[in-house]
Amino acid sequence: MRLSTRKILDQTFTGIGGLATALLIISLLIVLGPIIVRGMGAIVFRETIERRVLFLEHFGRGNSETVEAERQRALRARQPIYDAIKEFEAGIIVKPLEEAAKQSYREFKEELREKGVYGSEGSEKLIETAKSVRDDFIAAVRLEDNEEARQLTQALIESPHRELLAGTAMDGVFRMAGDYLKTIETVDLSRRSAYTASLLELKDLIRQLLGPFPDDPRPILVRDQYGETRWDRARLVAHELLYKETYAEADSSGMRQGIEVPRVEQFRGTPVEPIFGMVESNLGEMMLPRLTFYWRFITDDSIDAHFFGGIWPSVLGTLYLALFAMLFAIPLGVAAAVYLAEYARGTPLIRIIRSCIDTLAAVPSIVFGLFGLAFFINVIGVSDSKSVLAGGLTLALLILPIIIRASEEAIHAVPSAYREASLALGASKGKCVLSVVLPAALPGILTGVIISLGRAAGETAPIIFTAAVSVGLPLRAWETLSKPSPVLPWTIYNLATEHQLVDQIRHVQYGMVLTLVVIVLLLNATAILLRARIAGRLRS
Amino acid sequence: MAETITKAQTKTAGPLEGTSAHHGMVAPGEAPFAQEQLREAFGADEQNRREVAVQAKDFSVWYATNEAVKKVTLDFKERFVTAIIGPSGCGKSTLLRAINRMNDLIPGCHVTGELLVDSRNIYSPGIDVVALRRAVGMVFQQPNVFPKTIFDNVAYGPRLQGGLSRAALSDLVETSLRRAALWDEVKDRLRGSALSLSGGQQQRLCIARALAVGPEVVLMDEPASALDPQSTARIEALIDELRKEYTIIIVTHNMQQAARISDFTAFLYEGRLIEYGATKQVFTNPVQRQTEDYITGRFG
Repeated sequence: MRLSTRKILDQTFTGIGGLATALLIISLLIVLGPIIVRGMGAIVFRETIERRVLFLEHFGRGNSETVEAERQRALRARQPIYDAIKEFEAGIIVKPLEEAAKQSYREFKEELREKGVYGSEGSEKLIETAKSVRDDFIAAVRLEDNEEARQLTQALIESPHRELLAGTAMDGVFRMAGDYLKTIETVDLSRRSAYTASLLELKDLIRQLLGPFPDDPRPILVRDQYGETRWDRARLVAHELLYKETYAEADSSGMRQGIEVPRVEQFRGTPVEPIFGMVESNLGEMMLPRLTFYWRFITDDSIDAHFFGGIWPSVLGTLYLALFAMLFAIPLGVAAAVYLAEYARGTPLIRIIRSCIDTLAAVPSIVFGLFGLAFFINVIGVSDSKSVLAGGLTLALLILPIIIRASEEAIHAVPSAYREASLALGASKGKCVLSVVLPAALPGILTGVIISLGRAAGETAPIIFTAAVSVGLPLRAWETLSKPSPVLPWTIYNLATEHQLVDQIRHVQYGMVLTLVVIVLLLNATAILLRARIAGRLRS
Repeated sequence: MAETITKAQTKTAGPLEGTSAHHGMVAPGEAPFAQEQLREAFGADEQNRREVAVQAKDFSVWYATNEAVKKVTLDFKERFVTAIIGPSGCGKSTLLRAINRMNDLIPGCHVTGELLVDSRNIYSPGIDVVALRRAVGMVFQQPNVFPKTIFDNVAYGPRLQGGLSRAALSDLVETSLRRAALWDEVKDRLRGSALSLSGGQQQRLCIARALAVGPEVVLMDEPASALDPQSTARIEALIDELRKEYTIIIVTHNMQQAARISDFTAFLYEGRLIEYGATKQVFTNPVQRQTEDYITGRFG
């Protein structure tokens, strides 16, 4: 071959190698980039006043005076919205008015009873009158024609009954009637049924954005007790509040296009109309966003099924599982490798055992999961139901072939000169293995162990049936023997597929993914460092 | 220090501990060389050392069906250096490794005949191989130090037996390193890695390591073949020192080396013992034609 040809070939090979490496790095960046960027969103983000209140109330973090001051400030900014809604609602949703009227009537009868005049002739007339007032009011608020409603209400207020019932609980009904008269001036009652659905939707969006209304009863679920805790989410909900998404009629292509219609259109000429302008221009004042670095995302317990707080139970569960798997797999795997490499002869039985180990490494992990459930929990009964222990045992089985194979290769790679030297100095076979072969094989064994540790930490299928639950508290060490735990791979899967409101907590999911990736990378980095240190110590 | 190593030797001799029973076993005339030759070679004062340390009787080593060493009958004298020479593949390494049963590691290897160390057949069923290997040390062709510190390398053998105090152990390490003429070079870095030593130093470390166990016989399998001339010279000087206390059996390809350092020389060819005698006689006046051809470089 001519020198120039050889040079070109050489350079081509170098080029291909460099290109491959570059491609590898690029694809790694493409994979890891979004994970890192979006995952960091769970830790570094702009928080709203809602989150500060939540953290004060749940974790006792933050200065209560400052937070209270901020809350009052935000409340002042929100108050016009609440007022407008209340005013509009009075004309639209009349059920509370009816209830209030009935309540006043009951209180009125109670008053009579207390005075001891209940049942007398005069009282019966009074009760009759009160009842008619109540019924007139209910009839008035149910009317869907402004003019009729105004006349009826006016008549009620001006009726002589008012004098008669003055000073009793029925005063409340007349007061409400007075208020309702004002409402009639601002609300088109004929559109009441059309407004009802829109208003309920609007109220729900406001609840989602700002938290429950001041006069709402306290919701049971924590997620409903607070508004949006993240500024990015708040802006999204605000957008949803400002624009309602509807679908245009199907065009010729058969696809329906989603279009956004300003929600304010539905409320033109009502007291609610100014709300939209407020939300658009004054959202910052209502939410008081501030940049925060939530490093405790990793170590905080989760609140209300990952809605708020951190992911510590899952992280801890992952670490427990990996630890258990190692605890069982390392001694067993290394011992098996020593036997296969140092003691076993090439008999057919050993060959069968070897191919069994290789086959085991190729078994799908879901099969291990089912086996773990069937064997460790149902047959042996290591725990009554799912437990970290059962999951750890299952994972140990999964990674056992990897550890055996890596360790065996590492032991085979130890120069036989070491063995000869050791034996020639009067070491027994066992001593020789323990004092010379295993230390020399340690870097290789460690590589296998760490690779499988990363595998154990990241596996999902084997733990579905044996160890993982979606929500839970962090376990104490002894509880791992009998209790299941949330585990990162499973909670990620669970959030992605089964969580009720996954769109609202995507950031938690990304945070979990990033944490898992970082845990696995850290394990691998530890392995590489440890391996380098041991190898270095052996060398010099 | 000298006391320590003596103690260690006594201890390690264990079940193979020397009895003087074998003194009378070699009948006069059975030896392949005459008493006169010996006297000629070493003078009358050497008479008291003329005991047999290792004795092969019709000894054969088989690799499966291949007879690598064929019916060798040979006495290795106590506290002499015996060189085994011969062309590649003649079975000299096999014979050497048979003496501390290192061949056991090779699957399919078996022996016939007898090989006596301290007058006991080391291939008889009741023999303790571990004790045998303590009594018969070995130095290999490649310096095979452990990837441990210098100190740990030397202390490896004694530690296996245990029972030594920390002070006694470091005394033993020092004595062994001194005997291997390595002490002055490494005394300041005993805790450094043995792999940082040069090849020649590593080989002397291997010798020190073997001596620390307190053997009676030291087998050397071409100990200088991987070393430069200077290191070789040091190893040879060391062997010259060690002959006073140890029985040394050395396999070498280097004829000059065999001539320089050995007292007796055995020439093996195709597994058979062709000639065995005092080195001076073998090299200057060989009995067999094949020996002469080999020594003069006509083959091999």
